[in-house]
Amino acid sequence: MTAADDDSWQVAGQRFQSRLIVGTGRYKDLEETAAAIEASGAEIVTVAVRRVNLSDPKAPMLQDYVSPKRYTYLPNTAGCHTAKDAVRTLRLAREAGGWNLVKLEVLGPAPFLYPDMPATFEAAEALIADGFQVMVYCADDPLAAKRLEDIGCVAIMPLGAPIGSGMGVVNPYMISAIKREAKVPVLVDAGIGTASDAALAMELGCDAVLLNSAIAHAKHPVLMARAMKAAVEAGRHAFLAGRMPRNYSADASSPMSGLIRR
Amino acid sequence: MSGQIAISVNGETRNVPQGATVALLLTTIGLDTRKVAVERNEEIVPRSTYATLALAEGDKLEIVHFIGGG
Repeated sequence: MTAADDDSWQVAGQRFQSRLIVGTGRYKDLEETAAAIEASGAEIVTVAVRRVNLSDPKAPMLQDYVSPKRYTYLPNTAGCHTAKDAVRTLRLAREAGGWNLVKLEVLGPAPFLYPDMPATFEAAEALIADGFQVMVYCADDPLAAKRLEDIGCVAIMPLGAPIGSGMGVVNPYMISAIKREAKVPVLVDAGIGTASDAALAMELGCDAVLLNSAIAHAKHPVLMARAMKAAVEAGRHAFLAGRMPRNYSADASSPMSGLIRR
Repeated sequence: MSGQIAISVNGETRNVPQGATVALLLTTIGLDTRKVAVERNEEIVPRSTYATLALAEGDKLEIVHFIGGG
């Protein structure tokens, strides 16, 4: 059996085959959301928590299209800019769904929505003390990543680039440095723009990739979802296979002996 | 108005009968209690108490659900 035959991964004691986690936002409608997620092969989907629209209480809900029985819901704190709001939001999520596994993100202001690390530390400590299992969005900062791991986060999720920017993995060196030091899973979260970005994240040795806009904002989201599935698998296999060394001079791949001569 | 109390639900003022419970409020709005969560004055309301917890004048409620997000 090769390493690639059983290549599941584990977070907070749960085992998953797919190394792609997808967001559920920014789609045209709930039908497209469901079709794209299906095509991505993801087993975990991240979801936001918002006020119910009181004037339209019978409006279709995400759960009717993306079943929490089939997919592991990972409630997030998208839109939270303070530790207090993030903790309130996830306590509500736990009551709504009964899930302890959550995605924490505490964001700084526009235009970068860069992770606010002091507020993220504060929220992570409060959530872990309250029994949550926290997968945490963070800066591509090895000291912050280490501190979050020491606090007790179950996965470290540095950004590849700012949320929704589609800029890819702009600091691959730091992502691989964080992965090298971490004892919990490391995921690239945010910034992925296209399939090669997701493959690169996996080639760096990340355990999984989390993305949303790259699929939802593609011209053909379902086709891009399929591309992301293939890219994550390709990148993972390439990582396991071990890439050849880079070499500044050529090294012919055909034998030099037996050449025909005039 | 006699027999009514004013509360805030998701930032909107609503009048409900005195003694109304969280369960009654959710039914009146038309929400499926299995798909929402309720916070009252910044404290989670456990689902098991919906039927017994009486609302009080000036309560601030947040009723949330899961939506698409990244």
